[in-house]
Amino acid sequence: MPETRKTPMLDQLLDGPFPSFVKEIKKGAEKNDACNDLLGQLELSYEEKITHWKHGGIVGVTGYGGGVIGRYSDVPEKFPGLTEFHTMRINQPAGWFYKTDRLRKLLDIWEKRGSGLTNFHGATGDIILLGTHTDQLQPVVDDLAHEGWDLGGSGSDLRTPSACVGPARCEWACIDTLDICDTLTRRYQNELHRPMWPYKFKIKVSGCANDGVAAKARADFSIIGTWKDNIQINRTEVINYVNAGFDIIGQVVDKCPTKCISYNPVTKSLSIDNSNCVRCHNCINKMPKALRQGKITGATILIGGHAPILQSAFMSWVIVPFMEMKPPYDEVSELLEKIWEWWDENGKMRERVGELIYRLGMRSFLKATGLPAVPQMVLHPRTNPFYFWDKEEVNQ
Amino acid sequence: MVKTDFGPPKYLDMMSDLCKRNYGKWKYHEVLDTGTLVHVAESGEKLYTVRAATPRLMHVDTLRAFCDLADKYCGGFFRFTSRHSIEFLVEDEANIEPLKAELHAMGYTPGGVGNTISNMLHTQGWIHCHTPAIDASGIVKSVMDEVFEYYKEAKLPARLRLALACCLNMCGAVHCSDVAIVGVHRVPPKVDDEKISKMCEIPNVVAACPTRAIRPEPAKKSVVVNEERCMYCGNCYTMCPAMPIFDPKNDGAAIFVGGKVSDARHPAMFSKLAVPYIPNEPPRWPTLVKTVRLLIDVYAKDAKEGERYGEWINRIGWEKFFKVTGLPFTDKHIDDYIFSVPTFRSTATFKW
Repeated sequence: MPETRKTPMLDQLLDGPFPSFVKEIKKGAEKNDACNDLLGQLELSYEEKITHWKHGGIVGVTGYGGGVIGRYSDVPEKFPGLTEFHTMRINQPAGWFYKTDRLRKLLDIWEKRGSGLTNFHGATGDIILLGTHTDQLQPVVDDLAHEGWDLGGSGSDLRTPSACVGPARCEWACIDTLDICDTLTRRYQNELHRPMWPYKFKIKVSGCANDGVAAKARADFSIIGTWKDNIQINRTEVINYVNAGFDIIGQVVDKCPTKCISYNPVTKSLSIDNSNCVRCHNCINKMPKALRQGKITGATILIGGHAPILQSAFMSWVIVPFMEMKPPYDEVSELLEKIWEWWDENGKMRERVGELIYRLGMRSFLKATGLPAVPQMVLHPRTNPFYFWDKEEVNQ
Repeated sequence: MVKTDFGPPKYLDMMSDLCKRNYGKWKYHEVLDTGTLVHVAESGEKLYTVRAATPRLMHVDTLRAFCDLADKYCGGFFRFTSRHSIEFLVEDEANIEPLKAELHAMGYTPGGVGNTISNMLHTQGWIHCHTPAIDASGIVKSVMDEVFEYYKEAKLPARLRLALACCLNMCGAVHCSDVAIVGVHRVPPKVDDEKISKMCEIPNVVAACPTRAIRPEPAKKSVVVNEERCMYCGNCYTMCPAMPIFDPKNDGAAIFVGGKVSDARHPAMFSKLAVPYIPNEPPRWPTLVKTVRLLIDVYAKDAKEGERYGEWINRIGWEKFFKVTGLPFTDKHIDDYIFSVPTFRSTATFKW
């Protein structure tokens, strides 16, 4: 093994209270040339204030079109360990739950065949295995398959779905986020592993309006748990909060966005006009022991969220105000498949589904999916009179 | 024959019996301190969670050390959060303090629960990406070291989400976070006419430009960039390796503030530009770190209890925001991208 790289700049990131990523790479450098070279190349990037990774790289494994991100150093003569340094995305279990014996097997395989460096996790949810050679890709995938770990998504495919912790450890899960995430991931393995679409498509599942996986902002198709009936009030617990000095007027009543919650200090009773509640979740967040969601639960489905490239950042918007979410989730699957068919047929290269809806109009999207137009889809109706009519709608 | 299309391990196989027994039957939870939660089930059973931020980039040995702790204190079970923190799921209350002590000794201080700064979402940077304008891990380490007290102690008006993206692709959550750092360029790409016809699909390059600054140049089998129209997003470089846009003298970071994804009180909001440019200053990025600190300190002091960053600014107004932070307002802050007019002030109600 060559001498350990000198890294005076990176060494300054070893101190301080937050755990140091430099310490992590150095752990690898003691065992592995590639990690040692990664330290060297990163130090060079710190000196020159520029990346030293070459553009792009198409690598993969037999049978799949996605899941591996090719990466090559642009200074391989200086850092031969980084001549090939590809990332592999491994599909995480829903909710990022791990049992140590299962995880250790993955770690052993990665130490044997890769750099030993990881990300837990990538933003989309995958386990990221950071850095290996092209000739190791297939062996890694084969070894991992033997232990029950499959690749995640990349490229113009269904990306790895992810979900909040849900019913496994949260009283606010209106839907079984983990089962929905797991079921859709398994049902659409082909769409996930073999890119065949205009661009990427992400699904995220949050159990309530707190949106623990940021589904509205970070998924094309956002499934967010909600309820239809009344918030359940435990009057004894309300009194307990008040007696403990909780500012129920300031933190709950005054902050209710629709002013549908009121508190009577004489009777110490809280009442909610549920027909005007928008289920923002603030009052429940503030008084989890006293307030619980309704019992008729399901999901609101939103579409179109993505980062700014190309037509500005979008947050997903409502397309189905309420959908029941019971296994085997056929209703949501039917909707997904209709959307994919329309998008695949009409989408331009690298056009996210939200941008396609923006280009062709909600009218076209609703026709393709059969969804009815409802006021819950908009913040307000349009302000201009420039709308389309179909030929059948006008007098001939 | 290679086994394919079998998907991830089943989540139920990764969960303790206690989690499975009480699945979907949780009654309420309480924040015990900034590193610990307790969830109480309808059955009366309790599950304690000890949370600690990680650097996200970890060596297998560190993960093995987490496995050892989970074996010792949690029956072999743990999970990660959507913000790259680790959560140990403790069933025996007596295990909480010894677990925390061991985590702390490993360099992982429990925190990030309640009205704190939790872990900072971030991206690959110079460690593994080909399009970054800034590093990710180095800035995250520097910022989190600086604001660590807000991670350990609940002394903010509400929770505060930090995020970083190393370029304008904005992987992660910078467009919807309370305080967000984004890598930006400030000069147009350099077109390599020699390489472009060999390496790029010209119509795709032209279509990649949101401001239509790129047109084909058939004579050279290349493209021309109208530099007046280019705002350096780098999307053409993503499509075409012959159009590098890096410039160490001019690349740097912008800071956005006021975004959120939760719908509580106010619907989800995008983050908005606070600081257009701060240069790269590795390895500790002092100017950037100082500015983030200022943005957090002013909010911590001025916002009312229960107000997220964006709600605070909505209440006081942006003109007041620039006054209380002392940050300059420039022509860069006035939107001129695709949907800009709704951001202008069509009313005479504002503060002096």
